[in-house]
Amino acid sequence: MLATFLSQIVNGLILGSLIGLIALGYTMVYGIIQLINFAHGEVFMVGAYGGLFMFTYLLPTFIQRQWYLALPLLLVGGAAVSTVVAVLMERFAYRPLRGAPRLAPLITALGVSVALQELVRNFYPGATAALPFPRVFVQGTWEIPVPGGTVPLRWTGLLIIVLSLVLAAVLTAYVNGTRMGRAMRAVSQDSDTARLMGVDTDRVIVLTFALGAALAGVGGIMYGTDLGFVNIDMGFQNGIFAFTAAVLGGIGNLRGAVVGGIVIGLVKALGGQYLPGGTAYDYVWIFVVLIAVLVFRPQGFFGESERVRA
Amino acid sequence: MSAPSAAPEAGRTGGGPILAAAGVTMQFGGLRALGDVSFDLMEGQIIGLIGPNGAGKTTLFNCLTGLYAPTSGSVSLRGERLPQDPALVTEKGIARTFQNIRLFPSMTAEENVLVGRHVRMKQSPLSSLLHGPKFKRSEAAARVRSGELLNFVGLGRFSDELARNLPYGDQRRLEIARALATDPSVLLLDEPTAGMNAQETEATRQLIFAIRDLGISVVVIEHDTKFIFTLCDRVLVLVQGELLVEGGPDEVRGDPRVVEAYLGAPPEEVEARLYSSAAVDESPGGAHRKEDGP
Repeated sequence: MLATFLSQIVNGLILGSLIGLIALGYTMVYGIIQLINFAHGEVFMVGAYGGLFMFTYLLPTFIQRQWYLALPLLLVGGAAVSTVVAVLMERFAYRPLRGAPRLAPLITALGVSVALQELVRNFYPGATAALPFPRVFVQGTWEIPVPGGTVPLRWTGLLIIVLSLVLAAVLTAYVNGTRMGRAMRAVSQDSDTARLMGVDTDRVIVLTFALGAALAGVGGIMYGTDLGFVNIDMGFQNGIFAFTAAVLGGIGNLRGAVVGGIVIGLVKALGGQYLPGGTAYDYVWIFVVLIAVLVFRPQGFFGESERVRA
Repeated sequence: MSAPSAAPEAGRTGGGPILAAAGVTMQFGGLRALGDVSFDLMEGQIIGLIGPNGAGKTTLFNCLTGLYAPTSGSVSLRGERLPQDPALVTEKGIARTFQNIRLFPSMTAEENVLVGRHVRMKQSPLSSLLHGPKFKRSEAAARVRSGELLNFVGLGRFSDELARNLPYGDQRRLEIARALATDPSVLLLDEPTAGMNAQETEATRQLIFAIRDLGISVVVIEHDTKFIFTLCDRVLVLVQGELLVEGGPDEVRGDPRVVEAYLGAPPEEVEARLYSSAAVDESPGGAHRKEDGP
């Protein structure tokens, strides 16, 4: 059925663009310091909880009631919380290990990931269970008529698709056409030479973490708004997807991260619908695709020797 | 071994030295790569730095750019001691190129030059994210300047070419353009004509003269002694980390120690004779030690 197929395409695009948004953070950090920042999924989760905290305890009721006031504030607040966490993480967990064997920061990343999860679990009121997240966007769906039925598109889903792609485009323009963006690419290609050309590499690395985290924070808010709840594990699960997306697209490559995310979203949605086993097996198909791509194109879709790039 | 405060053959000097190295010593564990090297670079001067492989020329460059902290001694630019950070040194006005070309391979020629422009650009984060008017002005100005520099080194038509796709000689010229983009008062060139044919070498000589005429002082490392003697106002000869001879090209060319150490006999023979007790590598090609990178 066409309507079913298109519905799953829509679902895939919603999940995929969110995954792509998170994947940008993985791929940028990898491009700059060749670190798979496994704590990035937790940065996404922390953004969502930061937004929830802001909404619950800081925003006055009249703002809470108006989504067009609450949503922008939450997006900015979530991005800010994620950014602060990521910058601290870089400063105190990763920077001391700069120049250490690669395994050391990698294991540190796993440690930071567990630490962030446990911090939120223990200190955020009620976080041991899933918490309801405010629906700070227009609820309901747009029933798109197609031959033989309708395709439902949630407004929050549309928000995820549009905002993710816009942010990815803004980031790409920033990396390609600004002073600091060029500095990021220069550092990713040869950090010693970049330093000799006057680029403050520490600053560039912090900026890279901050930008990736801001996107993840926005993603966390949109995820909560779309689902209506958040839980501690959201970062782990979506982080794994996003990491997979980054590898699939060619790690270090911005366009690859977004495309990889969308491919994963589509594989999950369509695989769950059409392949034997249904949604119980949809994770399996994602990793089957990952393995297949890595066997035949280990560098990913857009991966070359070069890194951070449009 | 300090230099005369004014080199008579260079009529372009004025005031004090722009760059002064005083007793620069660089010790890597047991290896003394540089021993008490002092020299002054006057404004508008071209200094040549020659010496056998492993003499410490590139090490000296690394000390002059803040990449290495000298074990003792100091480097000062316009009388001010250099900071111990390459990025800050670049901002102060020393730029360099590399013996092994170190462009950003996956960036275009123009982008490479724009990275060189980094320290001279101001863009606020918000304005650059939103492409505000101030950002656009800054970006446009930097692109104009990059275009001028690419034209200056003769690469104007290659501005959109990826650096890694440029021919070898053009890559060397692009490195010079990138270094010039930092608005340096001192430019350090590490073997700018390595691998070039006679015609390209001549073009590079003219380019260096043109750079000097912009008021930029230049230090050149080169093995091609003919190139050095016809280019430079003064020549320093470095052998085993020590400044052996220093003077005008004619003086240096005629100096028997230089003829012996560098021009005449094969280096291993000379080193064996000059430093019979010093460390001469046991292998036959040992005197041709590869200099440490960058």
